[in-house]
Amino acid sequence: MDLLQVNNLKMYYETARGYVRAVDDVTFNLKKSYALGLAGESGCGKTSVALALLRLLPFNAKVMDGEIFLENKSLLKMQIKEFKQEIRWKKISMIFQGAMNALHPFKKIGNQIAEPIVIHEKAKKKEALERAGKLLDLVGIGAERIDRYPHELSGGMKQRSVIAMALACNPDIVIADEPTTALDVIIQAQVLTVMEELQKKLNLSMLLISHDLSLIAEVCHEVAIMYAGKIVECGDAVSIFKKGAHPYTQKLVSAFPNIKDEKKEIASIGGFPPDLLNPPSGCRFHPRCQHATEFCKKKEPILVQVDKEHYVACHLVG
Amino acid sequence: MEEVLVGVQNLKKYFPIKMGFFKTLTAKENPVVRAVDDVSFNIRKKEIFGLVGESGSGKTTLGRLILRLIEPTEGKIFFKGADITTIPENDMRKLRFEMQIIFQDPYDSLNPRMSVYDIIVEPLELQKVVDSQKEMKNRLIETLEEVGLTPPETFLYRFPHELSGGQRQRVAVARAFALRPEFVVADEPVSMLDASVRGEVLKLMLKILEKYGSTFLYITHDLALSRVICDRIAVMYFGKIVEMGPTDKIISHPANPYTKALLSAVLVPDPTVKRAKHVVKGEIPSPLNPPSGCRFHPRCQHATEFCKKKEPILVQVDKEHYVACHLVEK
Repeated sequence: MDLLQVNNLKMYYETARGYVRAVDDVTFNLKKSYALGLAGESGCGKTSVALALLRLLPFNAKVMDGEIFLENKSLLKMQIKEFKQEIRWKKISMIFQGAMNALHPFKKIGNQIAEPIVIHEKAKKKEALERAGKLLDLVGIGAERIDRYPHELSGGMKQRSVIAMALACNPDIVIADEPTTALDVIIQAQVLTVMEELQKKLNLSMLLISHDLSLIAEVCHEVAIMYAGKIVECGDAVSIFKKGAHPYTQKLVSAFPNIKDEKKEIASIGGFPPDLLNPPSGCRFHPRCQHATEFCKKKEPILVQVDKEHYVACHLVG
Repeated sequence: MEEVLVGVQNLKKYFPIKMGFFKTLTAKENPVVRAVDDVSFNIRKKEIFGLVGESGSGKTTLGRLILRLIEPTEGKIFFKGADITTIPENDMRKLRFEMQIIFQDPYDSLNPRMSVYDIIVEPLELQKVVDSQKEMKNRLIETLEEVGLTPPETFLYRFPHELSGGQRQRVAVARAFALRPEFVVADEPVSMLDASVRGEVLKLMLKILEKYGSTFLYITHDLALSRVICDRIAVMYFGKIVEMGPTDKIISHPANPYTKALLSAVLVPDPTVKRAKHVVKGEIPSPLNPPSGCRFHPRCQHATEFCKKKEPILVQVDKEHYVACHLVEK
């Protein structure tokens, strides 16, 4: 069942030099208790998608077109007051990038986790703090650390408290934006174990945003690869990693060395990601694509189905 | 035996901790953080040597010690057979002509008020390696071409803010290699870059290294990348080298429990391979109270009473393979 549907979403940033097409005609579905990975290089618009989902857009961002449905309710048409009351934190919450910056340095960790519970569920402070303690237990920090300040916690613990905060109001969907990028390998493994356990235990749907394909391979059931504001390929994780059809997907996958596989030379894509003020004509990947033809420069490819649940946007496929 | 270019012997760096006035009166001894504690190794000529470890393991401090950007507390540093631990700053400056460093963050390591031209020319002028303006310009253009900033003329008068992350790091690489150094320390040179650009910057560095026959100390937390690049690696934990040897050997047959834990925590870009769960408990302990004996014992599954008491030393277990662990037999 599709819990969240994003249809033809277009979100541009208005600047003095024109529109930056950060999210350009993006469509995807998130199934109940599934983890979907949104992968791509920095500047490809993956965080913008998350911000649009939570309606946390900066002042110069405009949703130009498209629809977002949560259980068949349109999120974009909803009054912002109602959205804050009903959706944000309660239905969809977010784990932000960089736990060090996401936490308030002067507030005790327990109070910070209790805050959304007090605001969104109108709970009493005492009750909210009790729940915050339980959440801290859940993520493996321990309720006894409820009165600690962020600087008293290590990086891994801070990241776990941010996860606890995202779970405070029992959301159906959690958006995780680069949840482990700032962490060391071993701590990253610990945090991932917590996240995976919670996802199963609480039946969460998760949208994981990351540039790190290894992380996405570890956590996600389904993957969407984004390039220059567009989804170029999406499908189940095994198809994308093993049978990726889009030239960008293939290159991106091979750019990550696999320590458990044979030693291979490091692959690179060459060239630079395009300027989204003036994206290239036709297929946006054509200036960096080895296989690009004249046709690729002219016509933009659309996502077509190549296999069950596997879609690719490339003229050269199919 | 191949020729050794850089060596360190029992190198230590203790950072003192600032205390209040009254505490200094009552404290028995000045507390210190042992960032690098009794480390010895040699880097051979034309070798790519990797220092791998988590943050806080002392790998960056060690890199800077070798270039004497910070002064060691104890121990010796050798460059081309000569002891450079105590030579005066003036002589050291001449030596820096042959030793260069590339920093992690290309957003921090380039002066925002200097153009690409100024950034690369500065070391050339300081070291007086070129005689004429013309030669300088030639060297500059050649270096920019080597790092793939082409056509060079269009980049000369740009400022760092006009460049992308990958281009900035290329400028940092160009600055380091403009002097054609024999020894280069690279401190996580690609960790801030996107995957698609990362491979390219790495390849380019390797190409230049080969061209000038330079020796490379590559500091990283990324085991998967170090495997592709390095000839030998040393794994650091808490200021000490816990395992050292040829890269392939360490990746395929790690002996120290910490190396094993580190390896099993590395994520793999393959959804059909699942990582081992519950690798190690806990986090790096506080550097103020290092654990007694083996510093890894509180997190080690196999730790015995003996491990808590005695600190293991690096012993040779195989050809070129050294391990510091009581549980590993010779």
